[in-house]
Amino acid sequence: MTTVIKAPGEAAAERSGGPGRTKERDGRRSEGVVLNVFSHGFLVLWAIMIVLPLIWLALGAFKTDAQIGGSALSWPSNWHFDAFGRAWTKGIGGYFANTLIVLVFSVPLTMLFGSMAAYVLARYPFTGNRLVYYFFVSGAMFPVFLALVPLFFMVKRFDMLNTYQGLILVYVAYSMPFTVFFMHSFFRTLPTAIYEAAVIDGASDTRIFFQVMLPMAKPGLISVGIFNILGQWNQYILPAVLMQPQTSADPERYMLTQGLIQLQYQMGYETDLPVLFAGATIAIIPMLAVYLSFQRQIQAGLTSATLK
Amino acid sequence: MSHVAQGRGKGGFITAFLFAPLALYLTFVIWPYVQTFGYSFTNWTGQSPTFDFVGLENYSTLLKDDDFRGALGHNLLLLVFVPVVTILLALFFAFMVNAGGRSGAGGVQGVSGSRIYKIVYFFPQVLSLAILAVLFGAIYRSDEGGLLNGFLIKLGLIDPKHPVEWLNEPNFVLWCLLLVVVWHGVGFYLVLFSAAMQSVPKDIYEAALLDGAGRAQTFFKVTLPLLWDSVQTSAVYLGIAAMDMFVLVSTMTSGQFGGGPDHHSEVMSTVLMRNFLYFGKSGYACAMGVVMLVLTMILSVITLRATRRERIEF
Repeated sequence: MTTVIKAPGEAAAERSGGPGRTKERDGRRSEGVVLNVFSHGFLVLWAIMIVLPLIWLALGAFKTDAQIGGSALSWPSNWHFDAFGRAWTKGIGGYFANTLIVLVFSVPLTMLFGSMAAYVLARYPFTGNRLVYYFFVSGAMFPVFLALVPLFFMVKRFDMLNTYQGLILVYVAYSMPFTVFFMHSFFRTLPTAIYEAAVIDGASDTRIFFQVMLPMAKPGLISVGIFNILGQWNQYILPAVLMQPQTSADPERYMLTQGLIQLQYQMGYETDLPVLFAGATIAIIPMLAVYLSFQRQIQAGLTSATLK
Repeated sequence: MSHVAQGRGKGGFITAFLFAPLALYLTFVIWPYVQTFGYSFTNWTGQSPTFDFVGLENYSTLLKDDDFRGALGHNLLLLVFVPVVTILLALFFAFMVNAGGRSGAGGVQGVSGSRIYKIVYFFPQVLSLAILAVLFGAIYRSDEGGLLNGFLIKLGLIDPKHPVEWLNEPNFVLWCLLLVVVWHGVGFYLVLFSAAMQSVPKDIYEAALLDGAGRAQTFFKVTLPLLWDSVQTSAVYLGIAAMDMFVLVSTMTSGQFGGGPDHHSEVMSTVLMRNFLYFGKSGYACAMGVVMLVLTMILSVITLRATRRERIEF
């Protein structure tokens, strides 16, 4: 792929780079034009490769089952939304609700616990401070698979398999490394003078945290918050192991990702593929909305977290 | 509140604030990690409460397990190709986006609309792997209804009566999965490399241009060395992703927890899950987890060492 950089115009420019300065200028300009066409060509091609499959998937929701199986490039014959309705009642609605229920608790709890730990570790020197910090942060390095088997039995022992509260606690625990790591660096940058002023005003440490520090850390909280929402919304392995009905009387509490895969299996037998395409589209839409509203913070947050 | 009381209250405050987060983290993350090592030396089934200590038996069985060895081979293959392909494409696009534009009075420029490209390319990153599995499951359909087959038929490259069974073809299945990972990851690393490129002072590029360096030269002699840190980090992240692969393999390929056809797409995580949830060999599965951890650690260290360069300050 890198060979493409050596565009014809560029090679010419390299050769011409010598005697006359004007000649060199011309060479460089034509190099620019050729390269510009080249760059746009490749960039547009990849952009199409990203967008086209997604549009094609959404169009599938409007096709008939026979159309989907018959030809990939056929145009939908009707523009009714009934496949979306069927997908919703076939379970997507319930999975959507389950995911929302879990996230409504797990994300705020993650933010609260993560900030509390990060704040203490960032601003209070005590013996073992570094140890506890590395303890928290090291969790990000290990593969989840390593913990999966004992985790299952740990949750089982608490009688919390296939319960919302079980998954909430597990989500919070597994989001700790990143949240503590990110908020730690954020709290460190807050000025000490403000803390001292608050102490002189007679505020307790707890009060300073909730009423002074937390509001000041808002930009950081927003970045980590979005990141945690995305991470927990997209989580698949943890619910796949922990959220299986334990008896036949146990209700299905699948998360959206898990339910989508379930739908894929079901539709394979029932041959109602438009429902699967509609289900996937329903799952994509909130992500698209969150992403487009916060794309600047998401890109900045993920990049800074990785580069640090 | 007096200062003395404040000083005395500090320990209590620290304990109170650390207690809940630490307790949760220890219970659900650290303790299971530690337990895995212990269980890996037992013949625990997961069903019965009793089990025996079997020493290194699980590990020696693992060495002879053809499924696991095949899976390890696939993981290693992915470990080479996932980072290399993703990083090369991301670097290429990042350079195009940031320096592929017309060279005007201001030296090297990004292409117009570079922001739009970054927004579009990054989007797959926020999609869940489950969505990717459904999407690419449809793209790779083995009949004419698959997007890939549909295109190739339209172009006349394959016979409409015999479309390719992408995910059931032993020679193709792993590469099909690789494409999904690359499709998913390129945008993120493009944005990462762009951020790194933009933090390089503009005058370094301009100096290089004034000295008569072409764009290719600028890229290899100036941009790449300055980006090396990010490239290194990316290689480690992508390597870790290539060691996992569970969601895509288990949902897109045939077989219990994926791995088909006939173990041609098996990866370590799918063998682990099958042994744990399907065969009920919890102790054995734990041994696999430990092997995965050790390999991940070794690979991270190797990647960081092998790619170590003199750091360039700017």
